[in-house]
Amino acid sequence: MTTATGTGTFTPRPGAAPLPRMIRAQAALETRMLLRNGEQLLLTVVIPTLLLVLFSTVRIIDTGAGEPVDFLAPGVLGLAVMSTAFTGQAIATGFERRYGVLKRLAVSPLPRWGLMTAKTCAVLVTEVLQIALLTVVALALGWSPHGNPLTVALLLVLGTAAFSGLGLLMAGTLKAEATLAAANLVFLLLLVGGGVIVPLAKFPAAAQQVLQFLPISALSDGLRTVLAHGAGLPWADLGILAVWAVLGLGAAAKFFRWE
Amino acid sequence: MPSTSPGDAPRSPGREPAVEVTGLVKRYGAKTAVDGLDLTVARGSVTAVLGPNGAGKTTTVEICEGYRRPDAGRVRVLGLDPVADAAALRPRIGVMLQSGGIYAGARAEEMLRHTATLHAHPLDVEPLIERLGLGSCGRTPYRRLSGGQQQRLALAMAVVGRPELVFLDEPTAGLDPQARRATWDLVRELRTDGVSVVLTTHFMDEAEQLADDVAIIDGGRVVTQGSPEELCKGGAENSLRFSGRPGLDVASLLKALPADSAAAELTAGTYRVQGRIDPQLLATVTSWCAQNGVMPDAIAVERHTLEDVFLELTGKELRA
Repeated sequence: MTTATGTGTFTPRPGAAPLPRMIRAQAALETRMLLRNGEQLLLTVVIPTLLLVLFSTVRIIDTGAGEPVDFLAPGVLGLAVMSTAFTGQAIATGFERRYGVLKRLAVSPLPRWGLMTAKTCAVLVTEVLQIALLTVVALALGWSPHGNPLTVALLLVLGTAAFSGLGLLMAGTLKAEATLAAANLVFLLLLVGGGVIVPLAKFPAAAQQVLQFLPISALSDGLRTVLAHGAGLPWADLGILAVWAVLGLGAAAKFFRWE
Repeated sequence: MPSTSPGDAPRSPGREPAVEVTGLVKRYGAKTAVDGLDLTVARGSVTAVLGPNGAGKTTTVEICEGYRRPDAGRVRVLGLDPVADAAALRPRIGVMLQSGGIYAGARAEEMLRHTATLHAHPLDVEPLIERLGLGSCGRTPYRRLSGGQQQRLALAMAVVGRPELVFLDEPTAGLDPQARRATWDLVRELRTDGVSVVLTTHFMDEAEQLADDVAIIDGGRVVTQGSPEELCKGGAENSLRFSGRPGLDVASLLKALPADSAAAELTAGTYRVQGRIDPQLLATVTSWCAQNGVMPDAIAVERHTLEDVFLELTGKELRA
């Protein structure tokens, strides 16, 4: 009496897809979710581009000697990394947790580390698109970058790791609404106080002592040292980013709550 | 009758039950959510888990799905430990959460296709979308689907990977009657095709219609388990009503009936017999009528519903 009235459509044939296929599909889905979200695009594309264009063409802030775009472009690239890896990822993941998306995925064949890999891929793909766009805009504004592209890539990857850890820590411990508010607030504070468009030298010396250790300060300073001055490896900035990455990812791994 | 012999489940490799829970205990702080629960789900059967709010249904199901570790007891799902063997178990089960679980910005068809991609031999997506009535909203983002459409999408995601065992948490809550029927048909077809189904529900008729086996949970324990027929037969008393001439001598009927029966004239000419209503008792009643020269009219055996059984066992209404 196996399939007297049934069609056999649902006859069990379980199995997980090959891992690379699962991760690729998940990364593609996560990327589409990021790029489809209007508020995210405002944060990751519109704001960095506007800041770059505005402050390069209108001298609102004294960016020191040289072309403003040479000062601003590295900072805005750092901002782009922060907007995607930290703010965007924190908000998106916070709401995925709130709406049970992470819970549902936890019983899918995709392992957790596969999901995190896919999320990281989605962040990196978004960053590549952001950096391509901002680079074109900056070049059009007369930017003349220097330095070794590999050093730049290393800084961007370490910055991504540091901000991802902090973003996931926030998303995995706070309520979604709190994450939304806090992630935007932190974005704004770091935008102003992290050497992105306002040189750290403009701050009082005591404040500088603290602000220079922020991940965004290390990232924008590191990028600027290389891209504006053609310096080699900015060890101090790399070191600060590495410490943030280890602390952030470690804390996220320990405290992240999936439900 | 639970109609499952192992041969009922084609292509299901193991012979062990789909779910085997013994002595399960789960505490949250001082509160004991599950308190020594035993539950067995036969392969290829549909088991409905009924219980008032806070009875421990969802906790039990979520432990079976590997979300939580039990504080005590043994849990085997398809012969596997849901936590230790999670990686092996996950591809073999399908899960529909009570709500949510889907990206707010994902389109219905996109999400179902994605879920299919995570499995080795998924169902064809399009026919599944059609039969669940999601064809017209395939490009609609999840957040803009109606509650019923969201439910059906979650159901589709639970079955698209061709699992051996499906957990459905309140699968028809908030559905209109037509969509509800479509869901019921799908559950029946899952069963026919050899898929084991565990569903929690607030709807008695759903349990009566779909389940081979019903487990009633209260206070973190299974207070009774059996087929809907078995549950309605045992425990609660049934009754027999008939009409006839008013003023018959009920006492003489009572003498003819088994000791634990009751009989009364409810209103003039309407009689009720309570007790274990079986063919023998019916014969006793009709022969008593014959002796009294009465033609009994409108004989009706009133069976207790699952709702009565539930109320009797838990003292609670199912829908809070």
